[in-house]
Amino acid sequence: MDEGLRSELSKQGVFTTTIEDIYNWGRRNSVWPLQFGLACCAIEMIATTMARYDLARFGAEVFRPSPRQADLMIVAGTVTKKMAPQVVRLYNQMPEPKYVIAMGACAISGGPFKQGYNVLKGIDRFMPVDVHIPGCPPRPEALIHAFMTLQKKIDAQKLTGPDRARHLNADEPSEFPVPSFGAKDLDPPQNNAIWQPPKMERAE
Amino acid sequence: MESLESIKERIEAAVPGAVLEIIENPGPAAEHSLAVGHEHAVRVAEFLRDDKDLKLDHCSNVTGVDWLDSVEKLREKVKKVVNGEEKEVVEVKEIRTPGYLESVYHLFSMRLGHGPVVLRLRTGNRTDDVSMPSLTPVWRGAELQEREIFDLYGVTFEGHPDLRRILMWDEFEDHPMRKDYVEPDDYEYEPTPHDEVLKKAQARYGEGGAQ
Repeated sequence: MDEGLRSELSKQGVFTTTIEDIYNWGRRNSVWPLQFGLACCAIEMIATTMARYDLARFGAEVFRPSPRQADLMIVAGTVTKKMAPQVVRLYNQMPEPKYVIAMGACAISGGPFKQGYNVLKGIDRFMPVDVHIPGCPPRPEALIHAFMTLQKKIDAQKLTGPDRARHLNADEPSEFPVPSFGAKDLDPPQNNAIWQPPKMERAE
Repeated sequence: MESLESIKERIEAAVPGAVLEIIENPGPAAEHSLAVGHEHAVRVAEFLRDDKDLKLDHCSNVTGVDWLDSVEKLREKVKKVVNGEEKEVVEVKEIRTPGYLESVYHLFSMRLGHGPVVLRLRTGNRTDDVSMPSLTPVWRGAELQEREIFDLYGVTFEGHPDLRRILMWDEFEDHPMRKDYVEPDDYEYEPTPHDEVLKKAQARYGEGGAQ
């Protein structure tokens, strides 16, 4: 619809919208996160939900204790290799549409524990991540910023067409393989279908 | 609290045949410890817990130590006859100490408010003779920490009620806190590699490391 006409109509008291807009407006203002924390970042996540920072302003105050009722997984904290299969399983159990925020240095890269033997070097090895937040731990403002970024992302999603949202495309997977425990490491150590190791580019 | 020497003497009187050795700590803290032989370890522990002047009823910490095989070189001047002449020659003697695993118990008394008394138990070697008696039946608080030593160092505790891995998964085959543990080769880019990480970066990306 033409923006000028819409603006003109609204001045006359006629509100016009599209199904896509109103559908995304409803979705982005009722994102329910999974009640799930792994380490110290979870403390900041809890602070974000409380009165001072008040995540309820964004419609996300209802933390669900069951993945079946959740729309958003906030991976808040260090993902150890022993915990990684359970995190992926929780993600698989969430209904579409679902989103992931990787919160803090550990969840996005392994953080200070990156060179250890027991910590996953980023949860994006096993599941698609929508928003990464750096920080150790990120302040509640950073989580709110990530949440607003996610809302913009939801708002921009198309319902039809070749570039439609992931959950509306039957060819896109909604579940990802859960790694098993191997003798030395996770088996496989990463899901190569969604993540490739970074390549070194040298400046000549 | 009484000195470690007098504790040792009293244990030897109470538990005949107990093998005890005082390990000196050369540091300023001078926190000497008591190495205990396997055979009488549980009875020694019970004595320390129940003796009316010690009452070491609280095992605050159990930790593992991995001692690798060590070679100590000693230089000695020896007089030798070389080509019919008597000369002073420097000879290098090597003293080889086989490696072993150790668990260290820190004991306190809640009742009498003293401590710590440090106990050490040692295995025969690092490969096949890696068992030692569990002191969990004496101090229940040692249960999870002995499991941790079993998990990370590979010490098997005889008489432990529930000896399973606690931090790593059950399928894991190594003992990560051992000094010769080889971690999985999964180095990734690091902006400022140094020390061990620099070696990994060089192994992956050549001499220049990540730069």
